[in-house]
Amino acid sequence: MSSTEPGATALHVADLDVSYRVRGKDRQVLRGVTLEVARGESYGLVGESGCGKSTAALAIVRYLPRNGAVSAGSISVAGRDVLDLRGQKLREYRARTVSMVYQNPGAALNPSIRVGSQVAEAFTVLGVPGGDATDRARDALDRVQIADPGSVMRRYPHQLSGGMQQRALIAMALAKNPELLILDEPTTGLDATVEAEVLDLVSQLQAELHTSVLFISHNLGVISKMCSRVGVLYAGRLVEEGPVGTILRDPRHPYTVGLLRCIPRGGVRKDHGRLDTIPGFLPSLGAEITGCVFADRCALADDRCRAEEPRLDKITPVHASRCWHHDRAATLPRAEIADLELPAVDRAGAPLVELAQLSKVFKQRGHEVHALTEVSAAIWPGETLGLVGESGSGKTTLARTLLGIVPPTAGTALLEGGELPTRYQKRSREELRALQIVFQNPDSALNRRHSVRRILLRSLKKLAGVGGSVAETRMHDLVERVRLTERTLTQKPVQLSGGLKQRVAIARAFAGDPKLVVCDEPTSALDVSVQAAILNLLVELQAEKRVAYLFISHDLGVVRYISDRIAVLYLGRLQELGPADVVFEGPHHPYTEALLSAVPTVDGGGRDRIRLDGDIPSAASPPSGCVFHTRCPRKLGAVCEETEPPLVEVEAGHHMRCHIPLEELRRLQRAESQPMAPTA
Amino acid sequence: MLGPYATEEAVAAYNHEHGTDRPAVVQYVDWLRGIVRGDLGNSLAPPEPPVWDVIEPALVNSMKLAVFAFLIVVPFGILGGVFAGLRVGRPTDRGITVVGLSLAVVPEFVTGLVLILVFSIWLGWLPVTAQWEPGAGALTQVRHLALPAMALAIVLFGYIARITRAGVVEALDADYTRTAYLKGLPRNTVISRHVLRNALMPTIAVIATQVGYLVGGLVAIEYLFNYQGLGLMVLQAAQQKDFTLLTAGVLVVGVVYLVVTLIADIAFALLNPRIRFQAAE
Ligand SMILES: Nc1ncnc2c1ncn2[C@@H]1O[C@H](COP(=O)(O)OP(=O)(O)OP(=O)(O)O)[C@@H](O)[C@H]1O
Ligand code: SF4
Ligand code: SF4
Ligand SMILES: [Mg+2]
Repeated sequence: MSSTEPGATALHVADLDVSYRVRGKDRQVLRGVTLEVARGESYGLVGESGCGKSTAALAIVRYLPRNGAVSAGSISVAGRDVLDLRGQKLREYRARTVSMVYQNPGAALNPSIRVGSQVAEAFTVLGVPGGDATDRARDALDRVQIADPGSVMRRYPHQLSGGMQQRALIAMALAKNPELLILDEPTTGLDATVEAEVLDLVSQLQAELHTSVLFISHNLGVISKMCSRVGVLYAGRLVEEGPVGTILRDPRHPYTVGLLRCIPRGGVRKDHGRLDTIPGFLPSLGAEITGCVFADRCALADDRCRAEEPRLDKITPVHASRCWHHDRAATLPRAEIADLELPAVDRAGAPLVELAQLSKVFKQRGHEVHALTEVSAAIWPGETLGLVGESGSGKTTLARTLLGIVPPTAGTALLEGGELPTRYQKRSREELRALQIVFQNPDSALNRRHSVRRILLRSLKKLAGVGGSVAETRMHDLVERVRLTERTLTQKPVQLSGGLKQRVAIARAFAGDPKLVVCDEPTSALDVSVQAAILNLLVELQAEKRVAYLFISHDLGVVRYISDRIAVLYLGRLQELGPADVVFEGPHHPYTEALLSAVPTVDGGGRDRIRLDGDIPSAASPPSGCVFHTRCPRKLGAVCEETEPPLVEVEAGHHMRCHIPLEELRRLQRAESQPMAPTA
Repeated sequence: MLGPYATEEAVAAYNHEHGTDRPAVVQYVDWLRGIVRGDLGNSLAPPEPPVWDVIEPALVNSMKLAVFAFLIVVPFGILGGVFAGLRVGRPTDRGITVVGLSLAVVPEFVTGLVLILVFSIWLGWLPVTAQWEPGAGALTQVRHLALPAMALAIVLFGYIARITRAGVVEALDADYTRTAYLKGLPRNTVISRHVLRNALMPTIAVIATQVGYLVGGLVAIEYLFNYQGLGLMVLQAAQQKDFTLLTAGVLVVGVVYLVVTLIADIAFALLNPRIRFQAAE
């Protein structure tokens, strides 16, 4: 990286300006971006949604949207200028030099062509004849560790899981052994364990092939796992750059500082205080900015910041920041006061909701799919029960059963001691308003044609049974509670950003003063700064109204932050249930252990990842004995295959379903978290 | 049936003879029984031939016209749509879109009249009426059918072209097309292998639904060109209050509609592995 001789860099971007033409005006998205990726290096690019990460990637592969254009600067890959490539030269460049893998693998594969021919195409374009191309495609699929590549070749994309689709695309991208591989959010939307597998695969292949990688993500945890250097992009400007460790430990730009503070990490929990946020919004597309691009949202901004833009100055030979006050960046005042009064949860009293031996069997083409098997749990007023598990483990079915959307096959749900009718159509208004839901995608809950005002008034009428001026007063109260402005009331959902829409959805759920709100991945589609604000809002509402949450998320840092207790589901069975800190700190169930080790965190971690081999087994034919035995790294032997362990209370309030005694688990897991100690 | 000057007795006798004095429900059940036996009944108009004998030639005539119209419009519509889609936003695209839209909003009898004016009356190239002499050869039939088929095709052109264009534009913007380009494939390969196949799926679905519309269009066109097809027959049956013929005609139209939709659905499934495999699994 320090060397500048030609050929030593895989990618060199200099002073790149890119703009999109919208309504007859060119709007600048990238502002003089300069970055360099050395041969064999992996460079991370982070920043919140809309800051121009994908635009940079598309400019490099020369595939900007029709209305986009490079207006200044240069890009060279492997020492060759790529901006003036045309026709055959451009095709050659794409076929041999550069590869890109992006988000949403399902859409990136052609739905009507078999996977095998799609992979083979990447070889035929290099001049490999038909039959050979098929063989090479099979080898390529083998290299990305797809089981049974022969049969995968014959399948259509929709017959593969998301993780397999992404592997196939990686196989395609590596077919040419590219000089530069660009990965644009390659694991966003995948399950945590699948994400971990794909990331492992990429780092392994990268080490093998010495490929240079430009890794784009909004997730600093992923970047810190995958990259050695990182660049922080804000509003199309590179604002900070340096080695990953340095950036995480000693960030010198207020934006980086803010990003790091938004992430619930290091085991913080809601009773430690609010999360910090980054107030305000990204400047609009093509906005004219005179001073520092971050000045509008920066608590350290002064007159100079607004008048004069700082340069990207080196703090050390490898670390640079674009800030006048980088020496004070760490002292950035919090945007949110940390204090939060949270009343303690009283578990001596009666629980608010009780699930008693809930089972759900779906009948599907003659098969019985056991989505839930005898799940029992209780939630007390004002507490949050976090629900985790891979996709397909039954989280959503559990929530829907509680809400009466799907009736259970056996078992009951009780609300304040009274049995709830299994279908919501039969539930009284009292029961309906007591249980509400907030979805990952707020659009599904909000009528797009109605104004926010109309949406909220309708919910007030339906849930609280109030109308007229009472409803008006309540609506304004709600709007204030969820920190929306009065202006939002006249707008329609399409005019709102994801974070604002989620606030409306939360206001709607709170219209009837619910006792329990199911939150199904409520922040998964949001940027970290917006996520922090929404989590703060949920916690504030809980402190104020003693509402309980059933909180579903695949982001374990988020679950840990907001939950009092955590339930771990696998194949529809409760594997572990206990206080959040206990479940996270261990000793934990072998499945929980594997889940936790799969998460790439900003803090890194000493221990190696525990690999969960293969996909989650089908719930139509769950394994015998302990359902986890087919993938369990700590499996004891025959006993695990034959007898299903019962769910027992291994210590006060901590339930677990495993044949290994707690003390033994403690010993095993402690031994492994200290790699220096001799292993047992 | 008996004319406006028939006496009351004559009407009553006629009604009794044909069973039209019975309650409507009874008549309906009777009619259904007949259908199940494959008997559509007799026409109420003298000489009261079996309905099927009236419908069959009309059906064949209409099919000829419809198939002819489809043979013209489907290739042109798809070609136009693909052409426009591949040049989205450029003059070719604007031209095709504007022409297609304008043609689609003109009612078919106006289009038909203009065609007659231009091709039959001014240029004298093609006959005014669609009906050929009995026993005419294939070429003569085609000459007679050319104008009405064109009239139908013109109205449908804009529709098919628009759907195809939308399909192409969507496929061009799809991630899989980007994947194909980034593999370094030449543009022609990307278009023929990756874009067109996915782009044409919605078009096929739409063509199937247009069959219903085509039947509506047939009435106007057959009337204008005085062509003895199903549309004209249904229209005349309605004017003469020949209910047996009318109901049978409508029934046949319904069956044709179902069959064609089914065929289109099958074609759609064959092109689309997602549906094909759902059925197999
Ligand atoms: N074709 C386009 N026309 C106009 N504006 C566009 C176009 N594509 C992207 N933009 C805008 O350009 C800005 C940068 O977009 P880009 O997709 O590069 O961001 P990103 O950092 O990749 O975001 P994300 O994290 O959401 O993927 C955004 O404001 C986006 O709305
Ligand atoms: S230059 Fe000023 S406004 Fe910009 S980040 Fe630094 S302190 Fe904040
Ligand atoms: S019972 Fe056996 S297989 Fe199941 S989690 Fe415990 S050790 Fe693993
Ligand atoms: Mg992006």
